[in-house]
Amino acid sequence: MIRVEQLSKTYGDVRAVREVSFAVERGELFGLIGPDGAGKTSLIRILTTLLRADSGTATVGGYDVVTDYRAIRNTVGYMPGRFSLYQDLSIEENLHFFATLFGTTVRENYAVIRPIYEQIEPFKKRRAGQLSGGMKQKLALCCALVHQPTVLFLDEPTTGVDVVSRKEFWDMLGLLKSQGMTILVSTPYMDEASLCDRIALIQEGKILSVDTPAAIPGQYRGILLAVRADEIYALLKDLRALPWLKSCYAFGESIHCTVGQPADAARLREALTGHSNLEVKEIPASIEDCFIQLMNP
Amino acid sequence: MTPAIVCRNLTKQFGAFRAVDAISFDVQPGEIFGFLGANGAGKTTAMRMLCGLSYPTSGEATVAGYDVYREQEKIKRKIGYMSQKFSLYENLTVRENITFFGGIYGLSDKVLKEKREAMIGTLGLSNEAGKLVGSLPLGWKQKLAFSVAVLHDPAIVFLDEPTGGVDPITRRQFWDLIYAAADRGITVFVTTHYMDEAEYCDRISIMVDGRIEALDAPRLLKERYHAADMQDVFYQLARKAVRSDN
Repeated sequence: MIRVEQLSKTYGDVRAVREVSFAVERGELFGLIGPDGAGKTSLIRILTTLLRADSGTATVGGYDVVTDYRAIRNTVGYMPGRFSLYQDLSIEENLHFFATLFGTTVRENYAVIRPIYEQIEPFKKRRAGQLSGGMKQKLALCCALVHQPTVLFLDEPTTGVDVVSRKEFWDMLGLLKSQGMTILVSTPYMDEASLCDRIALIQEGKILSVDTPAAIPGQYRGILLAVRADEIYALLKDLRALPWLKSCYAFGESIHCTVGQPADAARLREALTGHSNLEVKEIPASIEDCFIQLMNP
Repeated sequence: MTPAIVCRNLTKQFGAFRAVDAISFDVQPGEIFGFLGANGAGKTTAMRMLCGLSYPTSGEATVAGYDVYREQEKIKRKIGYMSQKFSLYENLTVRENITFFGGIYGLSDKVLKEKREAMIGTLGLSNEAGKLVGSLPLGWKQKLAFSVAVLHDPAIVFLDEPTGGVDPITRRQFWDLIYAAADRGITVFVTTHYMDEAEYCDRISIMVDGRIEALDAPRLLKERYHAADMQDVFYQLARKAVRSDN
C-alpha cells in the first residue's frame, strides 16, 4: 500500500530524510520509531502530499505522491502531531465538516468510526477546545477516518500522553487494524514497537533497521547483561571504568552492559565484589537496546 | 537535616474543582524525587505552587525552608526550573542564553564568566557557543537548558518532562547530568512519562485525581503492587482515575 524508494529531503543544511526506502503491505500496522528530529514528520508529510521530496519516489495506494496528489488526498486519512481541528466547533460539527470536505456523510461511514465515536458521543455538543487531551485525540481520529480512508497516517498520536491513555489509543489502532485498515504510525516511545506488525527504526533521517519487533533483537551484536546493586550511581561509575565493556548505560532499575564472551559475566562479578546485593544476568535485548547499538555502529 | 520540600495537606481549588487535594510529602536534600501522575492529575498545579507561581487554597508547604504563601520571591531565588516547553531563547546564542539567565539569577559578572566558560567546556559546546540555540539539536538544547537551570547552584531544581522526544542515548546523558547535580547536593524534583526513568529516582509519588496515591522507592512500589516494572505500577494506579487533562 505504501512504497518508498530512495526518498530524500533537505532543509538548508539539515538532511531531514536521507535516502529512505521501505514498503508497507495492505492491512499492516507499521511503526516509524525514532526521537524528535529523526525525520518522521517530514516523511509522513511527503507521503500525505503536504511536502515535496528533493529526490526519490513514493506511492500510496498505487498513486504517485507528486503526480497523483489529488487522488491521495481523497483516499488517505491523516492525523497530524499537533491538534488541528476547529476549537470553536463542537464534536459533531467538526465531524460533519470533515465528512463534507470529502464529499461524504457521517452516516454513510458510521460503521468505521462507531467504536471510537461512541466514547465521545455523550459530549457531542461540546466545543473541541473544551475537551480533554484524550477526547481531542479520539475526535481527531474520528475526523481522520470519516471518509473511510484506505491508509491512515498518524504522526506521534501518543506523545506527551500518560501510560493509561497510550494503552487506550493503541487498543483503538488494534481495532482499526482488525477491520483491515493499513496504518502508518510514528512514535518516539520504543516500548510501543511491540504493538506494531513491523517497524522502521529511524534516526537523523536514516533508517537503521526495518523488521518485525520480534526479529530486531535477534540482530543484536554481543551479549547483553543486566547488572544491579544497591548503589546504582556508584555501580554505573565503576562499570564505566572497565575498558573491556563494549557499552554500558542505565536502563530502568538496572544497568545494561554489552560484552563479547559468555565468560565475561563472571569477570564482571569479580570486578564488582565491593557492591552489596550485586546481580548480573544475561537478558534478551529490547528494541531500545537495539536502537542504542544501531546509533553507535 | 531540614527537608528541601515539606508539604502538608497542600490544596488548590479552582471554583468547584479541587485540582490538588491535600497532598503531603517531604523531599530530602540531594534526593531525586519523581513526581508522576496521569494527564490532568494535578502535577503542574502542584508544581506551580511549590515554585512560588501560584498560592495554595489551603495547607502548608515550605521549599528550601521558605513558606509558599509569604516567601514566594525567596523561593524563586533558591530554585531552578526547566521544562520541555520553555527553556531557552532560540534567538539568542548559547553564550547569550547563559549570560542572560545568569544575570536573572543575580550572579556577578566575574562568577558568571567563570561558570559560563566551564559549562561550555563540560558540555563540549566550544564550537557552538556563538551559534543560535534554535540551530542546536534538541538533545543538546535540553542538556544546555538543564545546566542553565542549575547555574546558580539552587537548592532544588524542578524539571517538568525534561526528556520528552529525546533519543535514547541523549536521554541517558541527560540523566547523568541529573545524577551529578544530585551528587553535588542539589535536590531534583522531576516529572516524566518515561517509566524507565521513574526507576532512576530515589523515590517517586504517583498522583491520581489530585491526590497522592502512592509514594515510595521504585523497588518497594513494585513489591507492593506485585508489578514487574513501574509501567505496571503506574497503570494499576492511574487506570482508576476519573479525571483527565483540561
